[in-house]
Amino acid sequence: MTQRRSYAVGTGLFIVLGFAALAYLATQTTSLVNVRHGDSYTLKARFTNIGQLKDRAPVKLAGVRIGSVQSIQLEPQKLDALVTLSIDKRFNQIPEDSSASVLTSGLLGDQYIGIQPGGSPDSFKNGDEVILTQSAVQLEDLIGKFLVNGSPGDKDKKKP
Amino acid sequence: MNARVKRRNLVVEGLAQIGDAGLFLPTLLAAMPRSLRYFREIVRQIWFTGAMSLIIIMTCGLFVGMVLALQLYHVLEIFGGTASTGTVVALSVYRELGPVVTALLFAGRAGTSITAEIGLMRATDQLSAMEMMAVDPVAYVVTPRFIAGIIAMPLLCCVFSAMAIFGGHLVGVTWLGIDNGTFWSNMTSNVEVWKDVIDGVIWKGLAFGTVVTLISVHQGYTTPPTSEGVAYATTRTVVASSIAILALDFVLTAFMM
Repeated sequence: MTQRRSYAVGTGLFIVLGFAALAYLATQTTSLVNVRHGDSYTLKARFTNIGQLKDRAPVKLAGVRIGSVQSIQLEPQKLDALVTLSIDKRFNQIPEDSSASVLTSGLLGDQYIGIQPGGSPDSFKNGDEVILTQSAVQLEDLIGKFLVNGSPGDKDKKKP
Repeated sequence: MNARVKRRNLVVEGLAQIGDAGLFLPTLLAAMPRSLRYFREIVRQIWFTGAMSLIIIMTCGLFVGMVLALQLYHVLEIFGGTASTGTVVALSVYRELGPVVTALLFAGRAGTSITAEIGLMRATDQLSAMEMMAVDPVAYVVTPRFIAGIIAMPLLCCVFSAMAIFGGHLVGVTWLGIDNGTFWSNMTSNVEVWKDVIDGVIWKGLAFGTVVTLISVHQGYTTPPTSEGVAYATTRTVVASSIAILALDFVLTAFMM
């Protein structure tokens, strides 16, 4: 009987340890840490080009994460990208003339939506659209322009 | 017998083994409700296959994480990206190394002992004796080991992965001096729960656990009742399990991508 008991206790300990390890992996090492299960409200924004923006990319204000991208669709009539943002309910005092732009973290990092606050006394409500938007800056375009035009110094050298 | 006939016999023999193991699976599944009566036996088998494998799994997990961090740090240093050491350690462990290395160790540690135990029972006519006493050997001996293997493998995968992360942190942060906050924040912002942890560790762990224990119990149950037969069956368990794990891993990864 005692031997049977020790098997049962050991097995129980093993199973508990396994699930504890799973809980550790799931909560401490993944983006679950960043997911807040609090209430949120949605905003819409239209961009002519979203670059490499993906679903669940962060939405940041002054560098602080305030929400995430919920969905990205193509608007068939206007041929614009319609991005739905899910913003944490705690940040419900964003002025309604704020602008949204697609930014890149670092030179080659992931893209995210940055909100630049405006000065209006009224704030965004659920389902509002951000009118002022700025599309992603394509690094390839910038390099292309630089290569075609060259720098001003080069032109001066070529002329004489 | 000339060489060509021998080789063909080898192929036919291999195919017959695969088919036989496949046909053994429905027998096991059918015996599952009956073997739930032997709940104690299942618990004892989880202890033998799972808890007794913990030490080797934890040690290997620790060293896998440590060597990954060490290698990655020196490669990423060239590109100035040492901050993502933790991310790469976590992703490679969750998606591939954790389940695969755990399954290979499990086949070597637990699979062989299952095969040898059942094979010796077959060789010493214990299984026939059980049948005489109206105890179904499939329900009493084989299926509890099968169930225990399926339960133990994902849990062992979790423990292995957690130890690998710990080892990576030990080398990356404590030894090589990556900033602690950078290490964790980079990891947490790039690892996803469902795609990486659940798909990788849990589903792959379950699949490998099923395949490894199926091969082990099948090899043990159908072993020729001689000491040589038991030896061959044990070897075949490791060989067949290793091939099955690595081939299945590719297929599962291709499906999950």
